[in-house]
Amino acid sequence: MLSVKDNEPVEFTDAMLDKFAEIVARYPEGRQKSALLPILHEVQAAYGWLSVPAMDRVAAYLNIQPIEVYEVATFYTMFFLRPQGKYTLEVCRTGPCCLVGAERIMKHIESRLGIKEGEVTADGLFSWRGVECLAACGYGPVLQIGPSYTFYENLTEESVDKLIDELKQQASVNG
Amino acid sequence: MARKLLLTHIGVPGINTFDVYRQKGGYRAVEKALKTLTPDDVVEEVKKSGLRGRGGAGFPTGMKWSFLAKPEGIPRYLVCNADESEPGTFKDRYLMTHIPHALIEGMIISSYALGANTSYIYVRGEMMPQVRILERAIAEARQAGFLGKNILGTGYDLELFVQPGGGAYICGEETALLESLEGKRGNPRIKPPFPAVSGLYNCPTVVNNVESIAATVPIINEGGEEYAKIGVGRSTGTKLISASGNLNKPGVYEIELGLPVEEFIYSDEYCGGIANGKRLKAVVAGGSSVPILPANLILKTVNGEARLMSYESLSDGGFQSGTMLGSGGFIAFDEDQCIVRNTWNFTRFYHHESCGQCSPCREGTGWMEKVLHKIEHGHGSFSDIDLLVDVSKKIEGNTICPLGDAAAWPVASAIRHFRDEFEWHVTNGQEAQTRNYGLAHYADPLEPVA
Repeated sequence: MLSVKDNEPVEFTDAMLDKFAEIVARYPEGRQKSALLPILHEVQAAYGWLSVPAMDRVAAYLNIQPIEVYEVATFYTMFFLRPQGKYTLEVCRTGPCCLVGAERIMKHIESRLGIKEGEVTADGLFSWRGVECLAACGYGPVLQIGPSYTFYENLTEESVDKLIDELKQQASVNG
Repeated sequence: MARKLLLTHIGVPGINTFDVYRQKGGYRAVEKALKTLTPDDVVEEVKKSGLRGRGGAGFPTGMKWSFLAKPEGIPRYLVCNADESEPGTFKDRYLMTHIPHALIEGMIISSYALGANTSYIYVRGEMMPQVRILERAIAEARQAGFLGKNILGTGYDLELFVQPGGGAYICGEETALLESLEGKRGNPRIKPPFPAVSGLYNCPTVVNNVESIAATVPIINEGGEEYAKIGVGRSTGTKLISASGNLNKPGVYEIELGLPVEEFIYSDEYCGGIANGKRLKAVVAGGSSVPILPANLILKTVNGEARLMSYESLSDGGFQSGTMLGSGGFIAFDEDQCIVRNTWNFTRFYHHESCGQCSPCREGTGWMEKVLHKIEHGHGSFSDIDLLVDVSKKIEGNTICPLGDAAAWPVASAIRHFRDEFEWHVTNGQEAQTRNYGLAHYADPLEPVA
């Protein structure tokens, strides 16, 4: 993942710009604003979050006003407006998952990682938050981890511990 | 065994690929439609089938199609609503994951019927794996000549694209979805004009749920009249039901509409009964927005008739004693669940997901969440219960889109049927922190499993 700080200027890579061009081609002439959400997902996948300079660059690319990007980025809950941990565990907190123990899983993650919802661990590896229904109610409790949005189903305290250990190991291998 | 139309080949290895799907008879319906039927013939078959919108509203799909304006020289669009977000609903994720070509095939047939040459599948952003699956399926179909220019030599052109959303429940509302697809906040539009006249890019547009679009495949293969023979009354065909909560076998089931609710819950072919030998307390039958019913009313209507999984039977008794089929998100609550806590949870969801455009919804959902939090945590009063009813009534019917109603109904129905449990939280505030209220008088009439 590329690192980007608060007010650091952003230059998109050629690979990203190729992808943006492919996305814009999906819409009729003059409707390039339709590419905004898919492009913001690409930017977040590259940097881990959406900084203001990154959003400004997207606005310039799509030839729209920066406010048109900000208002969208703040409306949709998938977009992070602050840096997150390398792995953000997003646990479904809605009714059906709570019937099968989602609240217990969130408490466990909180104590295991030692951080409150929305915080980042000191080593920068993890953050977590409760999110609304992920449309996997039959396999609850569930959590997802972006940017691939890999799914982990039928969670137990043990399976969460195992997942966290695996992610730590993965991070130490990949640096 | 019940008849399956959508999940017929669900267990076949590789059915997610074009080759296996094709071997199993896939894309025959596209060939039939494009080569032997006119677009109007396809609309007619869908009308005859009696297919009703599977996203939740249950509006006849063929009729919705026939409203599409067709001015000369202006493009028309088909947009598939795959923004599956209604709590309790996960059938579209299942279908797209396992049989993506059923949706692609349905999109080609439906786009042809509507005269659309560019169509979009709007998938909720969290389903990035499904976005990739659909993109691969589209590439395979294109490779085989089922998408692109001059499909199967018929002169019909179609481009199909997948659009990820950003994690907003409201974008399941069709006009909010269109705003989002245009790269804006998901604020629902005031209707009229309806999308059929002015939708995507101000052009005539049809928005249909994943399951509705996939259902056009068996309708074209078998004929609308054959499809209409399945089911009961005006509830024709099969329906995917997402079963969750305290069940032995939660998951996605394809049922013939008209299946008794009792059979769906207790038979081993479906949910296999309540988990851990517990008893059934309540059911939300059609996604979190529809009224919750106590066990006795979900199994039987007030007239003592067996309740069926159909649009009509589930709504028998109106909101006094009935509910809705909705999206088919079937959530079962066992005897240990707290109705107050669940209502608070659902209301927090609606407050979180309100787009903020209409005051009754924006403010009302927040009020209801706060009042329910207070009752659930042992600080409520009797007047709070009446306040909840009052607020819910002032949201209902007073908003641009149905999210307001969807937020009001769960609260109103929970108090209607479980008022004693809310009152117990008020009178026994401390005790309610340590144990749940239990079954009370609305227990299911079946003997508990030993």
